[in-house]
Amino acid sequence: MYDYTDFDRAFLAQRNSQFRAQVARRIDGSLSEEEFRPLRLMNGLYLQLHAYMLRVAVPYGTLSATQIRKLGEISQRWDKGYGHFTTRQNMQFNWPALRDVPDILEALASVGLHSVQTSGNTIRNVTADPFAGAAADEIADPRHLAELIRQWSTDHPEFQFLGRKFKIAVTGSPHDRAVIRSNDIGLRVLERDGALGVQVFVGGGLGRTPLVAQEIRDFLPLDDLLPYLESILTVYNRLGRRDNKWKARIKILVHEHGIDRIRDLVEQEFPQRRATYAPDIVTRQLELVAARFARPDLKSAPIDAFTRAYDADPVFRSWSDTNLAAHRDPDHAIVTISLKAHGATPGDVSADQMNLLADLAERYAHGELRVSPEQNVILPHVHKSDLPALHAALKPAGLATANIGLASDIVACPGMDYCTLATARSIPVAQQIATRVEELKLEHDIGALKIRISGCINACGHHHVGHIGILGLDRAGVENYQITLGGDGTEDTAIGARTGPGFAHEQIVPAIERLIHAYLDLRRDPEEPFLQTLRRLGADPFKAALYPQTAIAAE
Amino acid sequence: MPRPFTPKIVTANDLLIGDVIYQTADDDWTRDLALAEILTDEADAQLRLLHAERQRDRLVGAYLADVTQGPDGPLPAHFREAFRAKGPSNHHHGKQERASHV
Ligand code: HEM
Ligand code: SF4
Repeated sequence: MYDYTDFDRAFLAQRNSQFRAQVARRIDGSLSEEEFRPLRLMNGLYLQLHAYMLRVAVPYGTLSATQIRKLGEISQRWDKGYGHFTTRQNMQFNWPALRDVPDILEALASVGLHSVQTSGNTIRNVTADPFAGAAADEIADPRHLAELIRQWSTDHPEFQFLGRKFKIAVTGSPHDRAVIRSNDIGLRVLERDGALGVQVFVGGGLGRTPLVAQEIRDFLPLDDLLPYLESILTVYNRLGRRDNKWKARIKILVHEHGIDRIRDLVEQEFPQRRATYAPDIVTRQLELVAARFARPDLKSAPIDAFTRAYDADPVFRSWSDTNLAAHRDPDHAIVTISLKAHGATPGDVSADQMNLLADLAERYAHGELRVSPEQNVILPHVHKSDLPALHAALKPAGLATANIGLASDIVACPGMDYCTLATARSIPVAQQIATRVEELKLEHDIGALKIRISGCINACGHHHVGHIGILGLDRAGVENYQITLGGDGTEDTAIGARTGPGFAHEQIVPAIERLIHAYLDLRRDPEEPFLQTLRRLGADPFKAALYPQTAIAAE
Repeated sequence: MPRPFTPKIVTANDLLIGDVIYQTADDDWTRDLALAEILTDEADAQLRLLHAERQRDRLVGAYLADVTQGPDGPLPAHFREAFRAKGPSNHHHGKQERASHV
């Protein structure tokens, strides 16, 4: 865990008292909404359909037991007893009253959490591989870079008024679990000739114009990281469009000028930027940050208890097979706790569940938790002998669903149940698909299948990178759902392609069911996952299943 | 011939709570859509909206929303307004959990 310095604490306290005064001035009428809105957005406070919404950053997805317990307490005291985890490793509270927000921020600050730069045209919460520090395939802990970037970007005067929001994601593994190529900047830690560096991608983003980030630097020495990021942002600040909100992201700049031209401009800028940093200063800073991340003291003990339970208990076995990932220590496991019980709201977690997660993290996982971009919670360091007890404790709380990576592990944005920008609902679609999948008892047979749902073209639910993507639209005053196929959010990032006309709310679940059955019929063998079958055969046989009428008419 | 004017209501979010409120004929605000003032004249609707927008220490984001005339007052014309009038579909929160009063 990262351990805060006095500087961090003083900064948050100062920032919160500033916002408290701004809220008071809004309430007494001395600030108009036009004046107040940018101030509240700088502090993560939105106004949604039914209430205010406060977005809390979970920096690089890492939470301590103390922090998640505090989030639970906040949800109980000032909200409706639950919180919602998003795909960008934030927690959203859906019901705070304006007057309470300064108190909430103070409660957050007491455990080192905040809402700074979770909104607005700034560098947002830096996201990272949720398996950071634990993954078997990790080269270096991406959170060290993420924390350094957070310190550098927080309140950075040059980057407080960007053309648009700016999102950075970091992975320290070759396998990408942080969707880095859908971010404005994606960083992948690499090792070359014994030295660490990063591969830099730029210009990714979903939304109205989905684009995959392109490589701008194949290997950047770590000491150049901050001046290089500054160079990219400077080019963006200088050339990025401000005339049209929909063309203002850096992805459009990269798309319009081409990656080679952008690379040249960044390289031209780089020497001046580099000169403002003393040699080795970034490296030394990074070492200081790294030293504040304590590596847990992993225990060594026999794992017989695990093996016995695995052999004896089919429910535990099924959960182990889907929800565990390889830890760097073979006697430990990374546990993904599903927030996708069939029929639940993806990403919602109740205060009781947060309390339990805090207790279990303390008991079995060195007090550490992670939030995944797929809206689940992770215990990164669990000794295998503790897994049966952990599983037993999760079960009664509705947290033992064995579905990670399966059809019911759906990512969905809040959609029209909460979001003012929505054109249709997404949560009920996710709930209904998951419920149907459970009725069919097929999801373990189906295997890896990522369904992603957004309630408008902003694509907060990552539908473009879902194997099956669902986009909710408003067609002449009726909810209508478009399907895309073949998206992928991993190191092979791909944007899904639209299948054809959309489906009405009542038709979308049957349509997804037809796709699933088509896959089961079409796959070469049970080992061939959905995405591979789709890539082998193309979308046509799936479209035929989606639109049986059209297929007949065309014959 | 001028196009017939779709009846409207003035709606906004409450400044302090953030929840959905509607303007009433007696210049107050209600949380119950059925009690909202129905505006059937375009010029009048614009004036009522301006009146709402001036109350900046009371509300946020006032706008005109289409409604139809129901037997017991206005009904939402679009599903977005129907959700605003009801609350989210995944939890029994929002207006559906509260008795409607001002
Ligand atoms: C409910 C309040 C929310 C609002 C008002 C909102 C607004 C937006 C907007 C306007 C965009 C498009 C940005 C652009 O293309 O320039 C966007 C993108 C995005 N948002 Fe949200 N969002 C909300 C909630 C969420 C939630 C709940 C999540 C996670 C589940 C999320 C994660 C993202 C992601 C991942 C993207 C797309 C990646 C990108 O291109 O930046 N947002 N959001
Ligand atoms: S995708 Fe649209 S509906 Fe969903 S949260 Fe983002 S802005 Fe709202």
